[in-house]
Amino acid sequence: MTTLTEATGEAAARETPARRRRRVDRLPYLLLLPCLAIIAVLLLWPLGQVVMMSFYKLNSVRQLRGDREWPWVGLANYTQILGDPFFRTVLRNTVLFAVANVVLTMILGTLVGLLLNRLGRKMATFVASCVMLAWATPALTGTIVWKWIFDDTSGLATWLFNKLPDGLSTALFGRSDWTGYGWFNDPLLFFAILTLVVVWHSFPFIAVSVLAGLKSVPSELQEAARVDGAGPWRVFWSVTFPMLRPVFGILVVLSTIWDFKVFTQQFVLAGGTQDRSTFMLSIYSYAEAFSPPPKYGLGSAIAVILTLILLVVTGVYVRMVLRQEDES
Amino acid sequence: MKKIALNGAGLLVALFAAFPVYWMVATSLKPNKEIFAATPRPVPAEPTLEHYREILTGNLIPGVSFTDFFLNSALVAVATVVLSGLVALLAATAVARFRFKLRTTFLILLLVVQMIPLEALVIPLFLMIQRLGLYNTLPSLILTYLGFSLPFAVWMLRGFVAAVPKELEEAAAIDGASRAQTFRKVLFPLVAPGLVATSIFSFITAWNELIFALTFINDQHRYTLPVAMTFFFGRDDTAWGSVMAASTLFTLPVIVFFLLVQRRMVSGLVAGAVKG
Repeated sequence: MTTLTEATGEAAARETPARRRRRVDRLPYLLLLPCLAIIAVLLLWPLGQVVMMSFYKLNSVRQLRGDREWPWVGLANYTQILGDPFFRTVLRNTVLFAVANVVLTMILGTLVGLLLNRLGRKMATFVASCVMLAWATPALTGTIVWKWIFDDTSGLATWLFNKLPDGLSTALFGRSDWTGYGWFNDPLLFFAILTLVVVWHSFPFIAVSVLAGLKSVPSELQEAARVDGAGPWRVFWSVTFPMLRPVFGILVVLSTIWDFKVFTQQFVLAGGTQDRSTFMLSIYSYAEAFSPPPKYGLGSAIAVILTLILLVVTGVYVRMVLRQEDES
Repeated sequence: MKKIALNGAGLLVALFAAFPVYWMVATSLKPNKEIFAATPRPVPAEPTLEHYREILTGNLIPGVSFTDFFLNSALVAVATVVLSGLVALLAATAVARFRFKLRTTFLILLLVVQMIPLEALVIPLFLMIQRLGLYNTLPSLILTYLGFSLPFAVWMLRGFVAAVPKELEEAAAIDGASRAQTFRKVLFPLVAPGLVATSIFSFITAWNELIFALTFINDQHRYTLPVAMTFFFGRDDTAWGSVMAASTLFTLPVIVFFLLVQRRMVSGLVAGAVKG
């Protein structure tokens, strides 16, 4: 802001390009304007709106269109939800699922990242290309393929499990014939397959980011540690990990946020919103709001709870990024 | 010995990552008798394009063809890419090239809005779309996806703009170029690869999106491909050959785009992650 006061008439008279540049103060705001408008209308306004809607009884589209009034119910939607044992089950499912998926994705992604860094050039390119394939595949089609693999009659998984020696299969799983077995009917198994699908989709991003992080830090330190007799485990925890800590922090937070709101994979694997035993917060909110009879108010309350949880995670993320910004 | 172990692990990872994609394409090329055979064949013995012909000539949903849905999706995705690229470039230039009072505030805002669970916004956005009279129209999706893709697009482009040496612009300025000329002739061409990489993200966001398309569009003729495929899939879940052919056609543009810019995208992502 000092540039404005500095730029007096006298200074302007012997204006150089460098000086001219310092004076354009409104320009950045102009450049930001469209972006800010869009964010305000399409993200911030709905965010406020969903909180507001959660305090009303909204059970018809006509209310949304503004043709009918909105009865204020205060915290009734929240008391209804929080008092519902089913909601607590959904909440537990969501948290457990997110934690398991973040941990698995981070471990697998980091291992693959470290592996890619150690492989020879040709092999690394080959493996990285395959990993990219999993990343590039849309959640929708990726999930459809996994669903085909777990098809109960001609699926590859069904065939593979049928191939297991009968004795072993019976001892481990209590059955030897898997044909016609409903892979998605048991909630625990459903979540296991969902985890497989989600981890398959999300480990590539972690792997590639870790690899890029590894490439951006000098490898001399790791080599020096190795020369000093440190094992691979020690090198990772004492040298590599501290250097990559900022990247890891961001990756963990991003994964947490993504895994908390998995929707497409869940929707496709469960074949819609009928199977309540496999609900997690985002699909629960959606089903309450849009499955007839619509309950937009109740759905909003669930959405607000999901948002609040993610807000806490976001707070951690923002602090982390800002600290980095300060350091650099 | 160690090398063998490493390469073996590499092969396992490659197999795990690529196999489902391979299986999708392989299944789409198998005749039905191979698809439903008791023993799955790793490679199609008699590859056929019959499932592709089925999808491309027949109707995915009564009265509407695959091509219609494909075009709906393409239209929505391209419009989203163009609009968000334009707006993001302006905003990224602002934060990468200027120090101004609200810069940090804006960056925090970008971070925070990126974290808003979009799934939680489907109800209020449905309200907005209803009130604007956009229910059942493709612009309802373009608008929504624009909001979703923008924060990340700005975040990503910011790294690319910052990576262009400022000296180049200063040199142009000294040579008498105006601010607008400098942007147009020096900065933009150099940022173009970053813009392409960013566009891929916007494209993929719009191309893959399911929930909002499911909620905002009721008219079958305006379904995007993901929605159509969900219905197609639910209608007859034994037609795996056609399902896989449709999935392959849906996935192909995404993978092609992705591979085209893969290297740039990685550096773009890392610019975001490392520089914060």
